[in-house]
Amino acid sequence: MRPVSIIGVGCTKFGERWDASLRDMVAEAGIMAIEDACVTGEEIDALYVGNMSGGRFVEQEHIGALISDYAGLSRLHIPSTRVEAACASGGLALRQAVLAVASGYQDVVIAAGVEKMTDVSSGTAADALASAADREWECFFGATFPALYAMMARLHMRRFGTTHEQMAMVAVKNHHHACFNPIAQYHMEVTVDDVENSPMVADPLHVLDCSPISDGAAAVILAPTEMAGRLSDTPVRIAASSQASDTLALHDRRDLTTLDATVHAARAAFSQAGIEPKQVDVAEVHDCFTIGEILAIEDLGFFEKGQGGIATEEGLTALGSSLSVNTSGGLKACGHPVGATGIKQAYEIVLQLRGEAGRRQLEEAEIGLTHNVGGSGGTAIVHILSR
Amino acid sequence: MTTHAPRFWRCIPQRYSLIGTHCTSCNESFFPPRNICPNCRRGAQLEECKFKGTGTVITYTTIHNATEDFDRLTPYHLAIIELDEGPRITGQIVSAPDGVKIGMRVRPVFRILGKEGERGIIYYGTKFAPIEETCCD
Repeated sequence: MRPVSIIGVGCTKFGERWDASLRDMVAEAGIMAIEDACVTGEEIDALYVGNMSGGRFVEQEHIGALISDYAGLSRLHIPSTRVEAACASGGLALRQAVLAVASGYQDVVIAAGVEKMTDVSSGTAADALASAADREWECFFGATFPALYAMMARLHMRRFGTTHEQMAMVAVKNHHHACFNPIAQYHMEVTVDDVENSPMVADPLHVLDCSPISDGAAAVILAPTEMAGRLSDTPVRIAASSQASDTLALHDRRDLTTLDATVHAARAAFSQAGIEPKQVDVAEVHDCFTIGEILAIEDLGFFEKGQGGIATEEGLTALGSSLSVNTSGGLKACGHPVGATGIKQAYEIVLQLRGEAGRRQLEEAEIGLTHNVGGSGGTAIVHILSR
Repeated sequence: MTTHAPRFWRCIPQRYSLIGTHCTSCNESFFPPRNICPNCRRGAQLEECKFKGTGTVITYTTIHNATEDFDRLTPYHLAIIELDEGPRITGQIVSAPDGVKIGMRVRPVFRILGKEGERGIIYYGTKFAPIEETCCD
């Protein structure tokens, strides 16, 4: 296996993009990444695209061919593969691209992610998202996605004394970060009171505990590290890429307050990179719900199990602390076009490591981590990036 | 959600009767039935078993905002229940005027879970209700 680097990145504005179609957005992100990397179409060996549910959201499958076509690559006939792992589709597309380059099978590879969610009603969108859970044995009985995370939150509160106020602080922090991110869906501060007074979705989770329905696309370009210096002035090395699975249904898990897939993926990633969690400067974690970030910072090994709420309350994950979490605004406030999220996380970390993150730029960021979860924890993908 | 008839019919044993599997090699029980035991895999000895349906609430939520199929029920309680035989399942809690609590004992009740419009099939299945505490005085 050979080392792999990111040589170009691009990302569209996230939000309700009524002006843009799925194919418009992925072409926009792809072209930004290609221009950033200064490669030509002829140099690209393959394309991987993360997309959770084109079939449900825009009634379009066969996304691989569509993307290569509208990225202007159809005459080159390069292989284009759609990758799906629910909300972790983007992270998985990145991992497939990493494996293709690391193996030596391909050199310059695009990993993209896209979701167009606002062409359907919010009810249809919610039902499409529910297919990331167990349709037969969770959704059939009335489970919704927020309900599954709400049940994890309830038990976390009971066992560890985590409060809803601490969860709300995740939303407050991530909305604050998003205000500094031009691509974010929301440029609006929220307070703990705003979160606690927003309508209840699934007790204890309120509307402002939930990530929104979003449109968006992101793309990164990979090359072997040995070639990367020639193709980019600012390559970012992929120090680790890992993936783990767990049961599809939440109720079958070993522990309802731990995402074991995250624990296993994180261990494998830190071992590959040869670093400790405390060496990470910046992390983009999967905060599809506020409790999701609290679980993530525990399960990734940044804080002990049960301490995620207190760590958030004490500001240990805020912009500029020793571990800045979700500087993009996270899924919560930057937006969560599900297939694009895993790639957008890598985009954000690359900007931070290159020193191009504008008003949210960290000082001295050397090592960054991305954490992308599919469903309620059936899949977890972790990448570690370094300068 | 549209669950077409064949998909619903083939699950009727599990939906109507809480029938699952038990692995005699590792003594773990599964609901819904599994053809492969995750502990023993090819070394498994699986047999059909019927669960009593009584169990304990492990965690729960009250859903205020549901998908279109369940919208008319809101607010409703959803819980993860550990059956007395071991497996955990997700189900609604009904007939709980005082709310749901972690650790609450529940029993199965046979209820309509959904219907496909006025003329489509009606889905039946299991919900759970609190077991009334026996009054001693």
